[in-house]
Amino acid sequence: MAYVAVSGGKEAIEESIKLLDFYRSGTKNDIDLIAIENRMSLLVDRVMSEAGLYSKTYASLALKQCEGSIEEAVFLLRAYRSTLTRNYYTSVVNTDNMRITRRISAAFKDILGGQILGATYDYTHRLINFDIENEDSKELFDEVRRNLESQQIEEISPCPRVSNELKAEGLIDSFKIDNQRPYDVTENMLEFPSRRSARLQTLSRADTGFISGLAYSSLRGFGQVHPTVGELRSGYIELEVPYLFDSSESIYIGEILITEVECFSEADDGDKLKLAVGYGAVFGRNENKAIAMAVLDRELENTGPNPTQNEEFVLMHGDSLEMNGFISHLKLPHYVTFQSKLDIVRKTRGGYNE
Amino acid sequence: MNSNYNFAFLDEGSKREIRRSILKAVAIPGYQVPFGSRELPIGRGWGTGGIQLTLSLIGQDDILKVIDQGSDESVNAVNIKKFVGLCTDVLTTTKTNEATLIQTRHRIPEVKLNNNQILVLQVPLPEPLRRVEPREEITKKMHAETDYAPIWLQLYESIIKYKKVTISSEYPCMVEGRYIMNPSPIPKFDNEKLNKSECLYLFGAGREKKIYAIPPYTEVVSLAFDDVPFEKESFKGKKCCLCGSKNTYLDEMFDNITGAVFYQCSDTSYCKEVLECI
Repeated sequence: MAYVAVSGGKEAIEESIKLLDFYRSGTKNDIDLIAIENRMSLLVDRVMSEAGLYSKTYASLALKQCEGSIEEAVFLLRAYRSTLTRNYYTSVVNTDNMRITRRISAAFKDILGGQILGATYDYTHRLINFDIENEDSKELFDEVRRNLESQQIEEISPCPRVSNELKAEGLIDSFKIDNQRPYDVTENMLEFPSRRSARLQTLSRADTGFISGLAYSSLRGFGQVHPTVGELRSGYIELEVPYLFDSSESIYIGEILITEVECFSEADDGDKLKLAVGYGAVFGRNENKAIAMAVLDRELENTGPNPTQNEEFVLMHGDSLEMNGFISHLKLPHYVTFQSKLDIVRKTRGGYNE
Repeated sequence: MNSNYNFAFLDEGSKREIRRSILKAVAIPGYQVPFGSRELPIGRGWGTGGIQLTLSLIGQDDILKVIDQGSDESVNAVNIKKFVGLCTDVLTTTKTNEATLIQTRHRIPEVKLNNNQILVLQVPLPEPLRRVEPREEITKKMHAETDYAPIWLQLYESIIKYKKVTISSEYPCMVEGRYIMNPSPIPKFDNEKLNKSECLYLFGAGREKKIYAIPPYTEVVSLAFDDVPFEKESFKGKKCCLCGSKNTYLDEMFDNITGAVFYQCSDTSYCKEVLECI
């Protein structure tokens, strides 16, 4: 009798990895990275956000490598991130200065700086457009560019926040700016009760589906927060690092696209009510994730019996790598522990093995 | 070795940080030291805690052995060895007594380890109190206050209901009379190997971001009552179909044609050594 359970592992793995190329190579048509980056940009944004690494090129490469699996792409980027030395930390960014591409408020019809609808699928009819099947991509590209060039350029100046006015009125609490170094969950184990910076970082990197479902549960009744989106804005923010030889100077290193949300909901203020803000900010254009994050940020301030009000429940179970890693490990052999389980089950039934 | 990556994959700063956590763990046996667990190219839940320990400890002169379920050839063991081979060029072995560093999942080798050896165990759920309390904030306090009543109560209730403690693997132990510790999902059969051992045991939980240790000659006692002693898995009347051992942990198998049950040593390296001596 051979080593039935254990032989051939090495060869089997190698063949299995080769077989992946079979699935990756279903056609002679290639899809290049620039196409993924631009034509699957919301997918790329989601991967970058859950990976906590802003690189459209590497996110596209990762997606190409793994047949478009979000969790695998996030995994590749995270593992790559572990090999990079951190040389600099960017200065704190004031998102008031965002170069806005879209900005809406569900709280007020008219807001200072105006609503800017920008690009959204919200008002499309979700009908499959069969023309896209045979679309001429070069023609589309040229047409859109021609259209843009014929437009009059209008300057968008930085917009103040909707919440500023409510703060001035005293309806929302004002806090001093707190620029202390954030608690970095990528370098420290998350501790409870957690600092808000740790909470926001964890939510911002969380799996989109997980936090959307949790936020939905809170809206439906397993929670207290049914907020109003005070402001949702997407746009580019500039990143700077302090200049090594003169800390009063800084060096511009580039810009990133983010989506930021402030939600308002009622909260206790002694014998009165006030409005409380929940905050969400994520890489790229991922609006539902940013809103879900804002709902959960707010809900975690409440205490109650619901899952969304339990910090450990919300923050410990939404990391793409952790949840998918642990679930997939169930496919590993468990011969030894299962033997132990069998042993104790048989013993309680008597007669066996005693 | 792939020269695109640093020796042992992680950057030197990260490895140093992990070694500092290991030192703390050795200084407080059984205490779970939180650490900034790094992401690896291997899945969380697939031994990333153990791998981070191995990567942070491994040097050019080390000889590495990796086992899973007692076997050197098991898919996960092969995969981990392949990864370490990608980012280091250290020698590997399947012989337990040749290795300086052994990474394992779910087993402690049958042969006695000596004090030139480190056994790194992969841990899925490091918290032994998790089975009685889901909240980390609370279990941390329970450890601080040695409030271990709930887990004793669980053992007691199990005896009342089933006349036995029905924990299978991952059987909790008391370390130096201070911390209750989860020995990782090793069978109860292996628990006694932890007690007053000559080698250093390190436990790494990557997803849960904890490191803990049992330094050599530490007292490790499996939880039990005076009148209901600790009981390990028994293989009475069974023996290994290959080497004939009656004193090892056995895997139960089924002949793939007749369906007949037979048994084999789970520690394949030990089994081969016994066979060679016959």
